[in-house]
Amino acid sequence: MSAEVPEGASAEEQKEMEDKVTSPEKAEEAKLKARYPHLGQKPGGSDFLRKRLQKGQKYFDSGDYNMAKAKMKNKQLPTAAPDKTEVTGDHIPTPQDLPQRKPSLVTSKLAG
Amino acid sequence: MFLKFSLRSVFNGAGGGNDIQWCFSQVKGAVDDDVAEDIISTVEFNHSGELLATGDKGGRVVIFQQEQENKIQSHSRGEYNVYSTFQSHEPEFDYLKSLEIEEKINKIRWLPQKNAAQFLLSTNDKTIKLWKISERDKRPEGYNLKEEDGRYRDPTTVTTLRVPVFRPMDLMVEASPRRIFANAHTYHINSISINSDYETYLSADDLRINLWHLEITDRSFNIVDIKPANMEELTEVITAAEFHPNSCNTFVYSSSKGTIRLCDMRASALCDRHSKLFEEPEDPSNRSFFSEIISSISDVKFSHSGRYMMTRDYLSVKIWDLNMENRPVETYQVHEYLRSKLCSLYENDCIFDKFECCWNGSDSVVMTGSYNNFFRMFDRNTKRDITLEASRENNKPRTVLKPRKVCASGKRKKDEISVDSLDFNKKILHTAWHPKENIIAVATTNNLYIFQDKVN
Repeated sequence: MSAEVPEGASAEEQKEMEDKVTSPEKAEEAKLKARYPHLGQKPGGSDFLRKRLQKGQKYFDSGDYNMAKAKMKNKQLPTAAPDKTEVTGDHIPTPQDLPQRKPSLVTSKLAG
Repeated sequence: MFLKFSLRSVFNGAGGGNDIQWCFSQVKGAVDDDVAEDIISTVEFNHSGELLATGDKGGRVVIFQQEQENKIQSHSRGEYNVYSTFQSHEPEFDYLKSLEIEEKINKIRWLPQKNAAQFLLSTNDKTIKLWKISERDKRPEGYNLKEEDGRYRDPTTVTTLRVPVFRPMDLMVEASPRRIFANAHTYHINSISINSDYETYLSADDLRINLWHLEITDRSFNIVDIKPANMEELTEVITAAEFHPNSCNTFVYSSSKGTIRLCDMRASALCDRHSKLFEEPEDPSNRSFFSEIISSISDVKFSHSGRYMMTRDYLSVKIWDLNMENRPVETYQVHEYLRSKLCSLYENDCIFDKFECCWNGSDSVVMTGSYNNFFRMFDRNTKRDITLEASRENNKPRTVLKPRKVCASGKRKKDEISVDSLDFNKKILHTAWHPKENIIAVATTNNLYIFQDKVN
């Protein structure tokens, strides 16, 4: 977890070593922040957790569904934002997308 | 008491993970098919090791049984063959909450055997089921009022009476759901654990832990609730929970912040206040965006002895002594070379992968999975570790597995694999170790591998 610094080195020597050997984690963090400048300030905080708790949420809007069914060619389907803090549902379901929730009738291949 | 400890250390020697030569034994599953339903989501041996259960994303359970050893030809221990398979859970939709409920089996836990039948608990995100698996090897024949094919006979045609008798039949293994424990979890169940009293068990979701009695399905006691009054203040969730193997009043739960809390049910009805808090201090100057994410504990397992517990976070496995809360007693790096790849692992979501870990029967070796279908074993006594691969390329029985090595940087030696060549889609999240012998079950995405140590 912490950068490899030999025990017994004085405080100044340790700081020097750490400056030279950039923590790989911090280097990765810099890379991420460069790609996603708007990434939430709170590291790994509530956003991830809320997204985790909302897993499985499938919102259905009958108006959108009917419009998609009527094949409105001009309708712009919003794309999923690259921003990882977005937690809302990410696309409008079309008839093909609605999952046919049938139980699995096929025997597991592990038993084959 | 002292005698017990010295006996234990004598037996520990023969079983070290690296004195063992692991050999391929069996592989189950399709070769090429990539069907989502086939993704294995849990693997568990029963208490004797005779049975091995798997659960998958399609809600199915497959149970394998070890065949009795052939005394004459003991090249290897018995093979595992299909014993029973059934659909445990089905997909559901909660219309009230607009919530899709996956049928994926998150965990299977076996009950100790009490009679001829076997019992296991299986759970998806919302519902836990108790399944009874029983054998039928004889059937009654010679009814007076029924034909052999089941049709009823006209009573007026019966002229003589006979006594029905049991006749042997081909073995039939039947699975039936005996209890359904539903509607107790608002959030997604991540763990179930059977108490050492064999009467109660706990189920844990992201924010709450409930205590059940195996006989009672309409009631459950909430024993931990970490839901904040205002959800905006949510900072951590429960990631795993387990009962102590011997003390029926003790359980632990781990969090997304890398802490483990030990709770004593004798202290109060609601165990929101822990008895012990296990947390390794962190150097604040090392903190990064990724620190909390990679410290999230994906699995917690007590040792068989009950003295230690093991936790798995993204990069390491830690062994904690229950008597020491301020730091683990042992830390093993699973794939430290990934620390310099965290940015891409965050982008492809791999950083959120939940790896499990397990102990061997004597608590001397621990095992966990990694990427590229690699899995790792750490011998606590010799401090040696080994990396092995679950691959169909090594699938001749009794072929000794060759150790693998990942080259983190610099010049790659022959037979080493570089970090950039690792396949992050091939993850080994679930592994299990036979409770008594050196037999391990390793699940790749949709295949189950069984390895054994080389006999004689």
